[in-house]
Amino acid sequence: MGESWVYNVVMNFIGNGIAQAFSMLVHGDRQVLQIVLLSLAVSGMATLLSLFVGIPIGVVLGLNRFPGRRFFVTLVNTGMGAPPVVVGLVVTLFVWRNGPLGFLHILYTPAAMILAQFVIAMPLISGFTMAGIQQQDPKLRLQIQALGASRMQMVGMLLLEARLPLLAAIMAGFGAVISEVGASMMVGGNILGQTRVMTTAIVGEVSKGDFSIAIALSVLLMILFFAVNLLLTMVQQRSKRS
Amino acid sequence: MTQSQINLSRATISAEGIVVAHGDKKTLDVPSIEVLPNEVLVIIGPNGSGKTTLVLCLALLMKPDKGSIAFRGEVVTDSRQTLQIRRRTAVVFQEALLLNSSVWNNVTMGLKFRGVKKEEAKARAQRWLERFGVNHLAQRQAKTLSGGEAKRVSLARAFALEPEVLFLDEPFEGLDSPTRQSLTSDFESVLRETKTSTVMVTHDRNEALILADRVAVLINGTLRQIGRPNEIFNYPIDEEVASFVEAGNIMHGSVIAQTEGLALVDIDGQQLEVVSGLPTGTKVTMFLHDDDITLSLQSRQNNPSSARNQLTGKVIKAIPLGSQIRVTVDCGIPLVSVITRRSWEEMGLSLGQTVTMSFKASALHLIPHH
Repeated sequence: MGESWVYNVVMNFIGNGIAQAFSMLVHGDRQVLQIVLLSLAVSGMATLLSLFVGIPIGVVLGLNRFPGRRFFVTLVNTGMGAPPVVVGLVVTLFVWRNGPLGFLHILYTPAAMILAQFVIAMPLISGFTMAGIQQQDPKLRLQIQALGASRMQMVGMLLLEARLPLLAAIMAGFGAVISEVGASMMVGGNILGQTRVMTTAIVGEVSKGDFSIAIALSVLLMILFFAVNLLLTMVQQRSKRS
Repeated sequence: MTQSQINLSRATISAEGIVVAHGDKKTLDVPSIEVLPNEVLVIIGPNGSGKTTLVLCLALLMKPDKGSIAFRGEVVTDSRQTLQIRRRTAVVFQEALLLNSSVWNNVTMGLKFRGVKKEEAKARAQRWLERFGVNHLAQRQAKTLSGGEAKRVSLARAFALEPEVLFLDEPFEGLDSPTRQSLTSDFESVLRETKTSTVMVTHDRNEALILADRVAVLINGTLRQIGRPNEIFNYPIDEEVASFVEAGNIMHGSVIAQTEGLALVDIDGQQLEVVSGLPTGTKVTMFLHDDDITLSLQSRQNNPSSARNQLTGKVIKAIPLGSQIRVTVDCGIPLVSVITRRSWEEMGLSLGQTVTMSFKASALHLIPHH
């Protein structure tokens, strides 16, 4: 009997949370909407920036042999698994008033969050790009050159050929930053209306005991995450066939 | 290679003092090699002898540690020049190396890199896909092709570039025998037609025989012998070359009679019976493996052998090869046989001695000349 009492309470509790969450979603709660949009903007921008920087780094590491290359590869591999909290700490130290980037005055702004998320996503993009290029037959490079490709044309062809791992890289990068909480919390501060994103809001609401917003945001986060991956997977599988 | 030099050779490509080393070990050391206009130069040699490295150097896809390469007399010095010359040549590797796209995109890709106009590129791709019998695959994804189809596409891709020099690195390796045969014969006729200067690596002796104007033998990174195919196969310069080419006998002649699958072939006045359906008048190259010849002391009349062909002559040369001896006998045509050291001693053979060479009509391999 005792067990079923606990069960009922827990189910009501969760049930209420879910019910409230859905009503928020259905009615388009302004606060929730704002948080979701900021999350997308910050993580989208961070992923985009890390593509611009991470792909060239991955290409250079994947194509060339040079002294110190092993060190950089290790750095990238380490970065791929760097704990967001540590990244957050380092970025905070940099943008702190007296830090090297203190003059930018970006601590507790979305810009600092983009910077932190960029540092998290960039090694993932580099690592996947490098692996995608290295897993190709080295002779393919010679074949492309033999067809008359300039160096830039060759890199373009190799990236096109590595489009499946590259899409995986985008999924991994975006997935990592939209779901991380430690760094965003630390450099953003979870300020409502300014730097509050989905993950920091979930942590904040749960610590207040307000589960409905947390559940609503979690459901949204999962749906969003699923939608982005569904889209990229569709592109990936289509390009696998074409 | 600091200054551009003018090379007066008429060669399409000439390489001087090519050295490629891994640490202290030289993997390639070729003082000089030339590719002449319109010739098919076939490079043969054991695995790891540096054949691919040499082709990559000649095709300007690899920079040797030492030495220079000149294209039509112009020594290649910088990367801009390298790119320009690469855009006048083509390379076919052992693997088809098609990109993950349609067959059509694969064949037109090189033309795009080279800035060939769209209509021209379209016409060329069409023509060469047709020529290699794979036009119907144009819209297919390259990754879905069979090995033979992929190889045909990669050959079409190379020829569509209309290269001044074509490089091929064991292009027919790894294909099943019928596929390989049909592809080799298509390739041969295209090559005869286009007269493209060609450098091809193979370790198939028959391919070398059918295609080569000259054969270069590369062993342990050094060029041991270069010359016409029959020179290489009939007169290997040293033991290593001989044991690599498993020197057999190459003869040129023509079919003078044909009866129910048995051809009578005339070679410099000597007549041999050969199992072959080729019609009278066909000019042929004949290949006879030295293992297939039996050497005996009996004269032609009282030789009990069932072999249809028996020729008598004097021993003119004997080269020891480990436990075996390569014996050359002048039977009007020089014939080479390999016997064991022991039978040499048991028969009491010596130079100048008269012996009989016997071989079956089925042991001869005929290659018709078109």
